Amino acid sequence: MAETITVEVTRYRPEQESEPTFESFEVPLRTDWVVLDALNYIKDQVDGSLSYRWSCRMGVCGSCGMMVNGEPKLTCATFLSHYTPGPVRVEPLTYFPIVRDLVIEMTDFLVKLRSVKPWIVREDEKPLSEGEYLQTPEQLDDYTQFSMCINCMLCYAACPVYGLDEHFIGPAAIALAQRYNKDSRDQGSEERLDILSQHEGIWACTFVGECTKVCPKNVDPAGAIQQYKLTATKEWFKDFLMPWRSR
Amino acid sequence: MNQTPIYKQYHPKWYRKRVSTYWWTQQWSYLKFTLRELTSLSVAYFVVIMLLQVAALNQGPDAYTRFQEWLKTPVAIVLNVIALFFVLFHTITWFNLAPRAMPVRVGGKRLPDWMVAAPNYVAWLVISAVVAWLIVRK
Repeated sequence: MAETITVEVTRYRPEQESEPTFESFEVPLRTDWVVLDALNYIKDQVDGSLSYRWSCRMGVCGSCGMMVNGEPKLTCATFLSHYTPGPVRVEPLTYFPIVRDLVIEMTDFLVKLRSVKPWIVREDEKPLSEGEYLQTPEQLDDYTQFSMCINCMLCYAACPVYGLDEHFIGPAAIALAQRYNKDSRDQGSEERLDILSQHEGIWACTFVGECTKVCPKNVDPAGAIQQYKLTATKEWFKDFLMPWRSR
Repeated sequence: MNQTPIYKQYHPKWYRKRVSTYWWTQQWSYLKFTLRELTSLSVAYFVVIMLLQVAALNQGPDAYTRFQEWLKTPVAIVLNVIALFFVLFHTITWFNLAPRAMPVRVGGKRLPDWMVAAPNYVAWLVISAVVAWLIVRK
């Protein structure tokens, strides 16, 4: 095995470049090193001005998502040795505006996420004296998979629909809406239906399925969206057949 | 949403890359997806053939025979074989997606994917067999 590997990193310094370029670095190739270790090595030893996001380096925080050789990856869980003999190309997540180097602007995602109310909505809270809301293991099982989402946005970078239509709410936000819709303690599914059943909600999705493939937490956003299409269709028919029905 | 004061949509310093018109050629999985979408043309093709056949039947035995003769030409056979291939691709991929859209739970447990997909295949085979029987019997 070679002792070093070439890492090509996107550089974008808006004060000096009008568009991103690549810069190559020689990085020690250690079997236990992930792409994030290579970036940390560059920042510590070669060029301290390299900008990128990271935090937990153990696949929990969802900060270090980047494109590695064209694929959306958590760089903390992507081993350099997987890409020998190199080079490894590290780019910011696609479809998002680039702020600097590998840092993308994510406000769009955060606004969309908030719009689907990813929290437990109650029509009326029961008093504390009545204790907690109980849930059976089966009820927990209904949504556990969707609750694994770490907001890393890899699914957005994999979704050509999001790339082509910036108004699409997107995979993670819909999966997280489903996480609460399927929670037995939640009563907010009707409020979410109005947002999710718009064209920019579930119906923009054409089921490319890449979001599920790149998800590091096996959330299956594509499945969540298709399941919700079924739910929304059923709701529409119920409204159509029984217009007097109060939702 | 009413709280987006920080978000400036076209910040001049941000770099935004335009998505290429040929995005679907840049990755095998995207190309496969696009091909799958195009298979709907084959489905439409068979619908048109069927409608033409009914129209020919309506015009009388001569027109119907002429249409049958056209169906036997090499061009028609090649077209039909290609269209059949894409329709099969469409059907199989569609059935395989069914478990993703419809997780079925029995006794609190999610059924394995093949158990959701299998009834689709069974129904397909049974219906095809019935149609074949209707056509072939004398």
